[in-house]
Amino acid sequence: MDLSCPLPLTESARVLLGHGSGGRMSADLVHRFFLPRFTNPYLDRLDDQAVVEIAGQRLAFTTDSFVVRPLFFPGGDIGRLAVNGTVNDLAMAGARPLFLSAGFILEEGLPLDDLAAILDSMQAACREAGVLLVTGDTKVVNKGSGDQCFINTAGIGAVEHQRLLSANQARPGDRIILSGTIGDHGMAVMSRREGFEFETEIESDTAPLNGLVAVILERASEVRCLRDPTRGGLASTLNELALASGVGIEIDEEQIRVRPAVHAACELLGLDPLYVANEGKLVAIVGPEEADAIVERMRRHPLGAQASVVGTVTEQHPKMVVMRTGIGGTRVVDLHPGEILPRIC
Amino acid sequence: MRYVSEFRDGTLVRRVIDEIRRTVTRPWTIMEICGGQTHAIVKNGLDEMLPGEIHLVHGPGCPVCVTPLEMIDRAIAIASRPEVTFVSFGDMLRVPGSASDLLRVKSAGGDVRAVYSPLDAVRLAQARPDREVVFFGIGFETTAPANAMAILQAARLGLGNFSMLVSHVLVPPAIEALLASADNRVEAFLAAGHVCTVMGWTEYEPIAARYGVPLVVTGFEPLDIVQGTLLAVRQLESGRAEVENQYTRSVRREGNLTARAVLEEAFQVCDRKWRGIGEIPRSGLRVSERFAAFDAERRFPVGGVTTEEPSVCIAGLVLRGQKKPSDCPAFGAVCTPERPLGAPMVSSEGACAAYYHYGRYRVAHA
Amino acid sequence: MCLGVPGKIVETYEVAGLRMGRVDFGGVVKEACLEYVPDAQVGEYTVIHVGFAIGRLDEVEARRSLEFLRDAGLLGTELREMEAGGA
Repeated sequence: MDLSCPLPLTESARVLLGHGSGGRMSADLVHRFFLPRFTNPYLDRLDDQAVVEIAGQRLAFTTDSFVVRPLFFPGGDIGRLAVNGTVNDLAMAGARPLFLSAGFILEEGLPLDDLAAILDSMQAACREAGVLLVTGDTKVVNKGSGDQCFINTAGIGAVEHQRLLSANQARPGDRIILSGTIGDHGMAVMSRREGFEFETEIESDTAPLNGLVAVILERASEVRCLRDPTRGGLASTLNELALASGVGIEIDEEQIRVRPAVHAACELLGLDPLYVANEGKLVAIVGPEEADAIVERMRRHPLGAQASVVGTVTEQHPKMVVMRTGIGGTRVVDLHPGEILPRIC
Repeated sequence: MRYVSEFRDGTLVRRVIDEIRRTVTRPWTIMEICGGQTHAIVKNGLDEMLPGEIHLVHGPGCPVCVTPLEMIDRAIAIASRPEVTFVSFGDMLRVPGSASDLLRVKSAGGDVRAVYSPLDAVRLAQARPDREVVFFGIGFETTAPANAMAILQAARLGLGNFSMLVSHVLVPPAIEALLASADNRVEAFLAAGHVCTVMGWTEYEPIAARYGVPLVVTGFEPLDIVQGTLLAVRQLESGRAEVENQYTRSVRREGNLTARAVLEEAFQVCDRKWRGIGEIPRSGLRVSERFAAFDAERRFPVGGVTTEEPSVCIAGLVLRGQKKPSDCPAFGAVCTPERPLGAPMVSSEGACAAYYHYGRYRVAHA
Repeated sequence: MCLGVPGKIVETYEVAGLRMGRVDFGGVVKEACLEYVPDAQVGEYTVIHVGFAIGRLDEVEARRSLEFLRDAGLLGTELREMEAGGA
């Protein structure tokens, strides 16, 4: 019998889909291409937003792009996603979201009715979040060059507190709070994706989190960091936080809630809910004494009704996230290498 | 989820593990041959919960890992053709060939798509008569019936633009090859429950008899795996060597006769090279003569595919259960899921990937 | 290998000459090919792999294996006898 092994793959000379999935390839791209060229104290934090100071006023500043396919999915559409996503990036700095910009790249042939529906959604979402869309841009590309509609946004919010909420603030002993169920958004989108469609009542959880954040921050002094686990899911967010703070994280599978239908959809396609995107949930790392009180307050808010403590920050296994499984064993929850694909195996 | 969640009950799992602990009196080496079982074991931390006398080793049960290099290179060559729409299960897209993989072909402009079911590929061929649709038909006996039906359906619909690149592998010849090997240390097997749902277990009876080795047909949930392990341990401790069925809710002795009949029609047995192991006679399936028109190997003869293998990767030893991924000098260092040296690190079902993603902490703190 | 998931048949019909059905996995319904389970009826459970039912799920057996483990404090020889019934 021979021992055959494949040649190692040389690194890709091109951008691959995996670079956009929020896992290790994405992180690699940022570290190798973007950071070295633009390094500065703001960018190097790699938070979802930058908190800058202008004439004594602290402002949160963020940008995001939305490329979801299909454009319309149960519970939302690209427009609603764009507004809420930007609002949430600002909210994670504890900022009061104020102003948004929106740049549209539209593919020739996009039905104007679709555009109108997307904009109606954005209008409603802005109203719900309490923000104004103050500037925008529109470009049209040839048919075949864009996926019907891409939206890029920027957002500005006022930071009215003196805290530093950042990914590198976690300390051993801190508690990790998750605001609700995971996997809803990603599986809602998947349910309409060509080749993998299925019938379901799963809906995207897209929502503006600034109200919930205000509830968390009131009367709390030990909040270290807030993050919304979007692309790459809870697993990616926890890994980013562990890495940035140089700490270990332990989570308890029993405390992480997954809707039965989301669980079923993941089982069917061979996906792990820990890696599936969320658009209306947040992770809060808080000091141990305040954790229970914060969870109490969150549960009284509609977007935090299922909030719970799901884990702790530890000095064991630094930069690694470990989960205690429902069976009683342990497993590492790693950063996913790249594109997360349904599997048969 | 009905008939899934109940078999993940921690209390019941621990109860069975306690019984294993009471039963075992000496070390035993048990191999499971299914990527799905490897996945379930390492993901739930089952191997660390079993008593130390039980050495669970992972066999060549990941079809993605064992698909021969030549076949991957052939797939890449076909997918690179401008007239071809290459369709595959998601798992195969990242597997490295000699110099590339299907995702890279896609990024260079190739029409490469992932689907959930082989019938999706047939529908695609119907919808796009202007394209040559080629489906990558890999897998064990579990997947073969689905791929077979796709071929039959394409024939029934008279599709001239559909073909399948078939690289199926069969489990029983692989088990025999492992047992016949001089350095084999495996003493019992957990057979793959879904392979047996299709094929039944009659093929394993002569193997159990000839080699004196227990074979327990086992499911995929944590409770199935520990229960299968318990049955194997009981046989080992009492010196029995029989085929037993743990996965009674899904497997019958004769398997699925309808599926087996269709397999006979669409495919024929052939010799097959297993990546990391080598050629095992009569261990694969290829498209039968009757459906030769749908055989992508004939439709796209690809000549001169050279393949080279480097030495660091010990995939072969891992796939034969002789080494654990953590024994490999490259594991987690030079060889990681982002820069895999071998197939078991690429496939999310591969033993190395499973160890890397789920088991690294225990390895580091053992 | 073999990601097979149990689901309940909620509807059967024919498409292009193939016996197909809608299968419910508990909040998720997807179409699957039922050619390999010609006798399976609406309301029954099957194991679905890559969009195909590869076998029927024996609910009696499933319940039996669970009930036994739930009731039994010790497993003893009863488990062997139970398995022998399927072997």
